[in-house]
Amino acid sequence: MADKILLEIARYAPEQDEEPRFQSFEVPFHKEWVVLDALNHIKDRIDGTLTYRWSCRMGICGSCGMMVNGEPKLTCATFLSSYGKGARVRVEPLRYFPVIRDLVTALSDFLLKLEKVKPWLIRNDSPPLTAGEFLQTPEQLDLYKQFSMCINCTLCYAACPVVGLEPSFVGPAALALAQRYNLDNRDQGASERLGILAHPDGIWGCTFVGECTRVCPKHVDPAGAIQQYKLKAALEWVKSFVLPRGHEDVSKKEAA
Amino acid sequence: MEIRSHDILLVGGGGAGLRAAIAAAEVNPKLSIAVVSKVYPMRSHTVSAEGGAAGVAKPDDSLDDHCYDTISGGDWMCDQDAVEAFVREAPLELLQLERWGCPWNREPDGHIAVRAFGGMKKKRTWFAADKTGFHMLHTLFQTSLKYQPITRYDEWFATKLLVDDGQVHGVVAIEIMSGKVLAIAAKAVILCTGGCGRVFPFTTNAAIKSGDGMALALRAGAPLKDMEFVQYHPTGLPFTGILITEAARSEGGYLLNKDGYRYLQDYNLGKPQAKPVLRSMELGPRDRLSQAFLKEDQKGRTIQTEYGSVVHLDLRHMGEQFINARLPFVRELCVKYQNLDPVTQLIPVRPVVHYMMGGVSTDINGATPLDGLYAAGEVACVSINGANRLGSNSLPECLVFGARAGRAAAEFAGNQDREGNGAVLAQAADEQLRIEQQYLRKTGGSERIATLREEMQKAIECGAGIYREQPTLVLAANKLRELQERYRSLALDDRGRTFNTELVGALELACMLDVAQSIVACALHRTESRGAHQRIDFPHRDDKKFLAHSVVRLAPDDSLRVEYQPVTITRWPPGERVYGQEEAPVEAQAKAS
Repeated sequence: MADKILLEIARYAPEQDEEPRFQSFEVPFHKEWVVLDALNHIKDRIDGTLTYRWSCRMGICGSCGMMVNGEPKLTCATFLSSYGKGARVRVEPLRYFPVIRDLVTALSDFLLKLEKVKPWLIRNDSPPLTAGEFLQTPEQLDLYKQFSMCINCTLCYAACPVVGLEPSFVGPAALALAQRYNLDNRDQGASERLGILAHPDGIWGCTFVGECTRVCPKHVDPAGAIQQYKLKAALEWVKSFVLPRGHEDVSKKEAA
Repeated sequence: MEIRSHDILLVGGGGAGLRAAIAAAEVNPKLSIAVVSKVYPMRSHTVSAEGGAAGVAKPDDSLDDHCYDTISGGDWMCDQDAVEAFVREAPLELLQLERWGCPWNREPDGHIAVRAFGGMKKKRTWFAADKTGFHMLHTLFQTSLKYQPITRYDEWFATKLLVDDGQVHGVVAIEIMSGKVLAIAAKAVILCTGGCGRVFPFTTNAAIKSGDGMALALRAGAPLKDMEFVQYHPTGLPFTGILITEAARSEGGYLLNKDGYRYLQDYNLGKPQAKPVLRSMELGPRDRLSQAFLKEDQKGRTIQTEYGSVVHLDLRHMGEQFINARLPFVRELCVKYQNLDPVTQLIPVRPVVHYMMGGVSTDINGATPLDGLYAAGEVACVSINGANRLGSNSLPECLVFGARAGRAAAEFAGNQDREGNGAVLAQAADEQLRIEQQYLRKTGGSERIATLREEMQKAIECGAGIYREQPTLVLAANKLRELQERYRSLALDDRGRTFNTELVGALELACMLDVAQSIVACALHRTESRGAHQRIDFPHRDDKKFLAHSVVRLAPDDSLRVEYQPVTITRWPPGERVYGQEEAPVEAQAKAS
């Protein structure tokens, strides 16, 4: 007989269930299968009501994040074999998000937080396209590149204890994205983003647990982005007391 | 029935859809623009594009060179006026994305860097490492957030185009979260739903690529064009179908058969060199490389695995540092999904369905023959891709023709009066009732979605794969008719309103069946071989009869009618496709004409 693996899946259909429950499914064990393959097997052949999001199956669209045995994971990149034959694998919706149904969470609040940090290039000028590209050396690109890798999978929110305690906290992915634009030499919008970042719901909400960076499937390092920004914001604050001399020094340095 | 109203409505929020929305908003900030997408826009399949986006950028290159590569790559099936417009505007669109923050790779002096790509005789492919589509999509999405006139309908599924008196007036759509069915009226609708790779069993395409927009257009009376031209990408990972970008070869990767031999030299693609040579060997066009794989397989020189025959892609000679800098995603995908490291190991690859050259027939501004209906991106066929698309032309196509369609739709919508239309509302109410009766409250039936889907995929792979012939195409056509019949006996487990993904799956399957039939119909009618359409029973190109676009329409009796429409030739008369020669003789020909 073929090997099997047992999935315990959180189910919640608001039209029927008072509260979430777990349902167990036995699925074949294939060494190539990821958790998402097992979910698709269930939906296709056992229970068409099982509800979850997925799309690219190659770890780039960010749709299929779930809690797998208590850890936030992209289910398309989590192999059943990493839990061993005959193991029980528990699949739940991402923590700290409202659940719409089964494994599907509400993303509208996350989208609002993204928008709040003004994640677009802000310029004081708009030269015509015929003027060519804004120059950016590979070294300048490297300064922010890592923070531009976020796929909006929201695993970091499910990992962040501050998000759990303080739902208004802007959160790791959105803060990292703000820093992605702040560090881009083509951008001139850092001061416009300061209000939301320096707000208590912004960077100062972070208690630097670092879970966001640990679970990030794209090595974005949101915790690093937030710490970097805290340092910069603190320096700005110190600078406000040492002006004008400090300010002059900084501008001379930049001009040099 | 609840009705919403906008000036312009986009179906699909990927590269083409977002570019169109921004273009329309910039033309006329007073217009109200809706983006209806079945997924959050940043989940759109543009996100998976890897290698890059072509646009002439360097002094050694020219617009005519890019035109010639595209036209010869497309086996002379491209409309040359469209190609000329595309090639001219592609660099500006890529530059525009730079202005919006796209993190393009750079030269040491800060200028844009370009890389080589298959079938291109000059380096002109802009890239953001090997996550170009991801960066383009997120740049567009984040930029779109600052445009107030754009209203997003995230996770809404459009089920029908509302058409009255030859003009499109909006869509019917399901709000997936609540299950509510609404009419969304609009003066102009732009389809940007992408391709339909999921019709096939083995594809690089995401789960969402079910040809929805193509089916919506066909059912509304708009024709599809060149549907028989299906691109197989030569390098997909077995089992998952995950794409290993062409950039892996353009940066110097080798394709090896089971004996470690660079077999492409046996297929009229040039002689192997240590360094990549443009328009040669591994940098040949995708159709020729996928066809060479099958021939090599028939000779018994591929490697047999559980998931079919494979050849090897060898990057080992590039070294770890270079791979990390230029192909980090390739390494990540191999390590995570194939459990091997390309720095030290060979990558098993096989051809995989990747892209539809065909689609909703449009003119050079994205307009379909149906008033008020536009299409752009992979869902559309302008056509700049002809019988075979060149790698890195599809991302700029989304931008150039997304922007063109957005501007054209804005102009059209600006000249229309907003009037409630009784006939259209009645249609919307009928559609609402159909969804109830045919799916949510249906009794009886025993067919499962997955069963029909898998039988469809098998049928089309057997009939309309890399090589085709009459008998297997007829079998596929018959099988698809049978599946359409059995679809009527579909039974859903899920009768819930909230986030009913099984209902969406059923509606997507209906789209895929319609699209699959149109692919097979066009493939049956074209009795020649050209580009990605290779007929075993008609192995030669036949310009006399078939230098023409297939145009397929749904007849009133629900049958598909295929007709032909001339290809537009401007400056490049049909010639032979030549690869693997140091000097392509064709340049002189283009100049002489």
